[in-house]
Amino acid sequence: MKSRKRRNILGSRIQFLLLAFGILLLGCGSKTKDSRMIEFWAMGVEARHVRELLPQFEKENPGVHVKVQAIPWSAAHEKLLTAYAGNSTPDLCQLGNTWIPEFVVLDAIVPLNDFLKQSKVIQAENYFPGIWETNVIDGQLYGIPWYVDTRLMFYRKDLVEAQGYIELPTDWAEFFRLCEKLVEQQKTEYAILLPLNGWHEIVVMALQNGSKLLRDNGCYGDFEDPAFQKALRFYMDFYAKRLCPLGMSEVANIYQSFSDNYYAFFITGPWNIGEFQRRLPESMQSDWATAPMPSFDPAIPGISTAGGSSIVMFKSAASKPDVWKLVEFLSREDIQAEFFHLSGDLPASVVAWDIAGLRDNPRTEAFYRQLQHVVPTPKIPEWEQIAQKIQQYVEYAVFGKMTLEEATLELNGEVNKILEKRRWLLSKKQL
Amino acid sequence: MRFKIFTDMPKGNVAYLFLAPAMTAIFVFFFLPVMAALLMSFTDFDIYSLGDVSRARFVGFANYINIFQKPLFWQAIRNTAYFVVVGVPLSVVVSLLAAMGIQSKLVRFKPLFRLSYFLPVVATLVAVAVIWRFIYHPRFGILNYILGWFGIQEIDWLGNPKWAMPALIIMAVWKGFGYNMIIFIAGLQNIPESLYEAADLDGANARQTFRHITLPMLTQTTGFITLTTLIGYCQFFAEPYIMTDGGPLNSTLSIVLLMYREGFKYWRMGYSAALAFILFGIILIVTLIQMRFQRNYELL
Repeated sequence: MKSRKRRNILGSRIQFLLLAFGILLLGCGSKTKDSRMIEFWAMGVEARHVRELLPQFEKENPGVHVKVQAIPWSAAHEKLLTAYAGNSTPDLCQLGNTWIPEFVVLDAIVPLNDFLKQSKVIQAENYFPGIWETNVIDGQLYGIPWYVDTRLMFYRKDLVEAQGYIELPTDWAEFFRLCEKLVEQQKTEYAILLPLNGWHEIVVMALQNGSKLLRDNGCYGDFEDPAFQKALRFYMDFYAKRLCPLGMSEVANIYQSFSDNYYAFFITGPWNIGEFQRRLPESMQSDWATAPMPSFDPAIPGISTAGGSSIVMFKSAASKPDVWKLVEFLSREDIQAEFFHLSGDLPASVVAWDIAGLRDNPRTEAFYRQLQHVVPTPKIPEWEQIAQKIQQYVEYAVFGKMTLEEATLELNGEVNKILEKRRWLLSKKQL
Repeated sequence: MRFKIFTDMPKGNVAYLFLAPAMTAIFVFFFLPVMAALLMSFTDFDIYSLGDVSRARFVGFANYINIFQKPLFWQAIRNTAYFVVVGVPLSVVVSLLAAMGIQSKLVRFKPLFRLSYFLPVVATLVAVAVIWRFIYHPRFGILNYILGWFGIQEIDWLGNPKWAMPALIIMAVWKGFGYNMIIFIAGLQNIPESLYEAADLDGANARQTFRHITLPMLTQTTGFITLTTLIGYCQFFAEPYIMTDGGPLNSTLSIVLLMYREGFKYWRMGYSAALAFILFGIILIVTLIQMRFQRNYELL
């Protein structure tokens, strides 16, 4: 009797196990991709807002469903690489355009030239050339710009006009004199904010001065080149002449310091238009403006860096034509304009700027003009690491821990070490 | 029923047969990965190699040499040492005090205390970290609010390089002491009551009883707890990963967090594997020292 009861328990256990196993199998089964389902990974705010556009896409393309997975920017890079290593990449993904070279090296994303040739919606002429260029590697197109980003000058209009200028000087020498005047006449405590925890400002100045940053097909650092050194010298002059505070920690609140005449110029991106509108006092709202970057040669407009995000198609995508339809949908002018209204991201499509009325606003119009003159940072997977090194050695030079020559020499050495792998691969024709 | 195969075998071999399933699992899921990682630590496996393994090279000890030259590595070592040196004794003392409190005859509702002290151990660290971020909030956090009663100025717990590490230590100790407390309770219950009675007859006071009976009788337990806590704290990762991401100014960057960053953010797997083996070496040395120390203490 007792033993029979035990067997019953055992039996029910086996049944339970089988049931559990079955559920597991079912789970796996439902996980195999439905071919009409597009898995789309987007980051931060974009993920939240793109969801609102998708019902229209699903209505226009019956049977196709889009699943948006939101990933935070701070974890996006790790997550994408892990997904690649684990064979679980999405079909479509938002990618910061400086990350594209990395995924090209991994052979993870689909070249889009053939899709583009047949597309009636997406035309290269409809994009800012510098931004488009960030998606092209060795003649192949790997991503379609989704929204754009660059850095330019935010400035105190009232203070600049009081010095007799109608608009912000377009060449650096004149700009520097203006900074000196503001500080000498004690109109402002400092003139400009050049935070040392970023690399954009010095890289922009170097690129403007004709430095290529890297040489020989991105195999060696080119920081001992006079073009880079001269730009760095000019950058350091802002600190040497006390036109710029040392270290961000002195500036508790950039918005308050801006309205308190602590500084008058700040190089930053489009997201700060909204922040300045929200955080500066009402009385200040007519006193600030944006302008494209000054340049070293007044005849040539000052260039800036080409930022923003693109959308890329992964090789693992089940139904590439469906995915391409979504890419086209997101690139349509009306959708781009609507996406701007939802997210505040500047549209990649030039026509969408007119639809959204962005060119009527002088503050965004400045971005429009700047975006005509943007260039990509070097398109190699090591760029992020190199940028960190530039930042580090520029900081050493500004703080006087090294002379300019020592800093650029050391920087070159470090960067050459980082690029050693790339040289080896190129020498073996593996890249 | 008897299986012939078992009876025919010499006794030792039967044991191996029974061990085989477990050994296989350990071999496949432990030894193989460890060996692969060791091998990897001598290569320059990186983002290029991820797409194509032929793009990795053997580099000998270059990764190890490279690590020892990095100031950031030494900073991570200092941070981890800080966490261990302050955190481990604190955790052991707090859990011993809690255990003795609960074992004390004066305390009522013992199960309630035992449960509530043990609860943080079971809670998920992520949920705990979110709550503690509220507690540590410089302006709206309850901790600063309470400190305000005593006239203590607002402290930016997680944003100030000086305070971020103490904040993490407090949280880690709070999270983990319940587990050690349970083991201490078991240890305390093993001390024969007769010893205390004898001490009582001899007129020993509470302090003397603790010093000459409780503490010596708990030597083994304390040794075990110190060792496991030490090893756990050397691998300190989740707290800074969730709460501070190693900041501010790398003041909470631990060795494991550095390893994670190099490995999964920049995908420098070779470098990261080398870091893992350095950490292994450090833990081994620290453990050996601790055990030697413990043995000397027992001989006293």
